[in-house]
Amino acid sequence: MAVETSTRPYVGVSSQRFKFLLGTLVILLAVGYLIFTATQENAQYYLTVEELYARAEAGTLGDRMIRVSGAVVGETIRYNPQTLELTFTIAHMPGDPDEIDKAGGLGAAIQAAVNNPDAPRLQIYYVGPKPDLLRPEAAAIVTGRLGEDGIFYAEEVLFKCPTRYDEGPLPNSPAEG
Amino acid sequence: MIADIGLITLTLGFVLALYAVGASLYGGWRGQWKWVESARNAVLLVFGLLTISVLAVVYSLIRLDLSVAYVTEVSSRATSLFLRITALWGGQRGSLLFWSWLMAGFVAAVSLRKWESDRTLMPYVIAVATLTTSFFIFVVTFFANPFARVWHIPGTNEVVKAVFPPPGAERFVPVDGQGLNPLLRHFGMIGHPPTSYIGFTGFVIPYSFAIAALITGEARKDAWLRTTRRWTLVAWLFLSIGLLLGGRWAYDVLGWGGFWGWDPVENAMLMPWLTGTAFLHSVMITEKRGMLKVWSVVLIILTYILVVFGTFITRTGLVSSVHAFARSSLSMPFFIFIGLMLLGSLTLLMKRLDTLKSDHELESFVSREAVFLLQNMLFVAITVAVFWGTVFPMISELITGDRITVGPPYFNKVTGPMFAALVLLMGVAPLFAWRRQAARTLGKALWAPFVVAVLFAVALGIRYHMHPAAVFGIWLISFVALTTLLEFWKGMRARMSARKEDPLTALARLITRNRRRYGGYIVHLAVCLMALAVIGDAYFKQETQAPLRIGETLTLNGYTIRFDGLREYLGSDGREVLEAEISLFKDGEFVRVLRPRRDYFIVQQQPVTIPAVHTTFAADVYVLLVGWEEITATSATFKMYWNPLIIWMWTGGILLIIGTLIAMWPDRMALGDVSYVLRPTTTQPQPSAGG
Repeated sequence: MAVETSTRPYVGVSSQRFKFLLGTLVILLAVGYLIFTATQENAQYYLTVEELYARAEAGTLGDRMIRVSGAVVGETIRYNPQTLELTFTIAHMPGDPDEIDKAGGLGAAIQAAVNNPDAPRLQIYYVGPKPDLLRPEAAAIVTGRLGEDGIFYAEEVLFKCPTRYDEGPLPNSPAEG
Repeated sequence: MIADIGLITLTLGFVLALYAVGASLYGGWRGQWKWVESARNAVLLVFGLLTISVLAVVYSLIRLDLSVAYVTEVSSRATSLFLRITALWGGQRGSLLFWSWLMAGFVAAVSLRKWESDRTLMPYVIAVATLTTSFFIFVVTFFANPFARVWHIPGTNEVVKAVFPPPGAERFVPVDGQGLNPLLRHFGMIGHPPTSYIGFTGFVIPYSFAIAALITGEARKDAWLRTTRRWTLVAWLFLSIGLLLGGRWAYDVLGWGGFWGWDPVENAMLMPWLTGTAFLHSVMITEKRGMLKVWSVVLIILTYILVVFGTFITRTGLVSSVHAFARSSLSMPFFIFIGLMLLGSLTLLMKRLDTLKSDHELESFVSREAVFLLQNMLFVAITVAVFWGTVFPMISELITGDRITVGPPYFNKVTGPMFAALVLLMGVAPLFAWRRQAARTLGKALWAPFVVAVLFAVALGIRYHMHPAAVFGIWLISFVALTTLLEFWKGMRARMSARKEDPLTALARLITRNRRRYGGYIVHLAVCLMALAVIGDAYFKQETQAPLRIGETLTLNGYTIRFDGLREYLGSDGREVLEAEISLFKDGEFVRVLRPRRDYFIVQQQPVTIPAVHTTFAADVYVLLVGWEEITATSATFKMYWNPLIIWMWTGGILLIIGTLIAMWPDRMALGDVSYVLRPTTTQPQPSAGG
C-alpha cells in the first residue's frame, strides 16, 4: 500500500520535488501575468449616465472604451434601414442592484427613469442591424466612446427587457380586465 | 386543483428529502441498515413525489391554467402544445423544479445500484446527494414556487404572485399569458436547458461519492473513482451537448454570426465543463498510478461548486447578461449554500488529507503523469481566468468602487494560448510513457507528423495570406490530428500483422476492445475539428452589408446574393413573418434560394431576426434581413457574413458525442447491477464485501 516514498532515501526525489515546484511556479506566474495584462488592456468602466457625465466633467474618462447602462426612452428610437444608422436616447437609472430593488425592481426603475424629466440623458449613435430587443423601456448596455459633441458612439449595444419575463406585470392588469 | 396536488407533493418531497438525509447519516454512523434502507426508500419516494409535481406543472401548462402564476409567465393561448410542454423550463420557477426533479432522479438511480462493493460509502452518498437536492427543493418551494397563484387585492391596481393569498386578496385569472420568450423558440433552446441540466445535476453523483469517501476515510482506496467513472461521463456528455446546443442557438437566433460571446451565462456553463474535463483526466492517473488523488478530489469539489455557482449566476441575474433573467431574491440562499458547501468540502478535505497520499512520486517531467498534471493545471488556469473575467465587475466594485468590466477580447487573449497548449498536450500525451519517457524515442515518433503539419500549414498560409496566428493554429490542429490518427494506425497495423485481420475489422476491433482509450482519442479528434471552427471564426470571418432594391446584388468572397422580393404572412405561434427571397450565386452560378426573415411575435411585441444560412464544408453564407422599405417593399437591407469552417463545430460536436458514448459504453448490460432489495449480510458496515 501507500508507502511514504518521500521519506525513503531515494536519490533525486527532493531535487525532483524542487524542480516540480519551480515548474509549477513558472506556470502560475505565466498565467498570472497573462490574466493581469489582459485585464489591464481590456478593462472598461461600467458606468451609469450620471457617472459618465461626472467623469467627463472631471476629465477622468480616459481614452478607453466605456460601457454605459440606462433606460431606453421610447420616442427617441430612430433607425435608417438604408444606412443601418441607429440613434436613441437613454435616461439615467441607478446601477446599484439594491437601489433598483428599492425602486421596486428593474421594470419600475426603468419606468421611473424614463418618466423623470430631470434624469440625465445620453444620446447613442450606432451603426448596425437594429437589435431585436431594442424597444421603448428596455435596459440598454452600450459600449463605445463619448464624442466631443456629447453623443455616445457605440460599437456594441445590448438590451434587456426585464419587464416581460419572470417578474413582469401581466398583460392585462385587473383595472383593465 | 391539479396545481394544488403538485404543491402538496413538492412540500412532502422537501420534508422527505430532509428525512432521508438524517436517516442515512444516522444509519451510516450507527451501522443500522434499517435506517439506511429507509433513507433509500425515502429518496425513491422523493423522486416519485417530484415527478408528480413536474407533471402537475406540465398539466397546468397544457391546460393553460392561468390562475397559476408560472403559466401566465411562460405560456399563452397562442402557444402550441409542444411549446407549452417545453415551457416547463422556459422560466425560472419551472426550470428550478425541473432541475430538482432531475437531481432527485440521479440520486434515486444511484441508490438502486447493487451496494455490495460500496456498502460503507452509500449511506453518506445518499446523505450528501440528498442534502444538495433538498437545497434546490427548498429554493423551489420557498423562493420560486411554480404553483404560486395570481392574487388581486380588491380596490388596488396590483396583482401579487404568491402561494398563499395576502390578506383580503382574491384569486385573479388573467385573460391570457405572456407566452414563451420568443427567443427561446428554437430547437437549440428547447434542447439546451434539459441537456445542460442533466449535465449539471449529474455531477452530484461523483461529488457525493468523493465527499462520502472523505467522510468514511475510504478515499484511501480509489474504489469511488471506478464507481463514478461512468456517471461522470454521462454528466460530462450532457453538459457538452448543452454547450453545443447553446452555441447553435446563439448562431441561429442571436444574429451576430457567432456561436460564443463570453457571456456570463455561457461562462457559467463552461467553467464546470472545464474542471469536469480535468477531473475525467486526473482520475485516469489516480486509477492507473495512484497519483493526483488530491487533484481528483479537489477537481470534483470544484466542479460541483461551479455547477451550483452556474445556476446561481443564470438564475439570479447577479452578473448582467444578454439573457433576460431578472435579479431576484434567490441570491441570498444560493450565496449561503455555496459558501457552506465550499467551506464544508474543503475542511473535510484538509482533515482527510492523510488518506489521499500518492502511491508514487512524480519521477520525471517527461512522463505521462507529468503531462497529465500539466494538462490539469491548464484546465484549472483557464477556469480561474474565466471566473476572474466573469466576476471582475463585482470584484472591482468592491475594491475600487468603480464597476469595471472586461469584454470578449480579455477572454480570447487569456484563454487562447492556454487552449492552444491544451490541444498540443492532447496530441502528444498519448505518446508519453508512464513514469519516464526517453526524449529520443518521443522525437522519433513525433518528427514525421510535425514536419507534415508544418509544410501543410505554411503552404496554406502562403496560398491564402493568413495571419501568423492562424498558420500556427492550423499547424497545431493538423499536427495533433495526425499524431492521434497515427495512434489508430499503429494499433490497426499491429492487429493486421498479428491476427491477419483486414484493415476495417482491425479498426473496428481496436476500438471495441479498448473502448475507453480509443473513445477518448475520437473525442480528441472531435476537439481538433471544433478548434478548426474556432480558428475560422477568429481569423477568417468576413462580413458586408448593403441596402438592395429588387434585382440588385451584393457580393462577398465569391458569393453573390440577389434580392428578389419581400412577402408578409401570418406564421404559427402568433407571429407575423416578413420574409425576403434572395437568390444565392457562387462565382456567377445559381446555388439556391435563401429566405432570411423577421418574425414579429404579436403578444410579446417582440421581433426575432432569423438568418438564412447556406452551409458547405468550407464556409457558411449567413444572411440577415436587417431593414426594409415599409410601404413599397421594393428595397431591403441585408447583412451578409462569410463564416468559414463553422460546420466543423457541429460535426465535431457529433463526433464528440460518439466518442464519449464509445468510452462509456458498459462492458456488459448493467441491468444485473440494479437491485431494489438491500439485503445486508450483517448489521455492520462491510467495506469490502464483494458481490
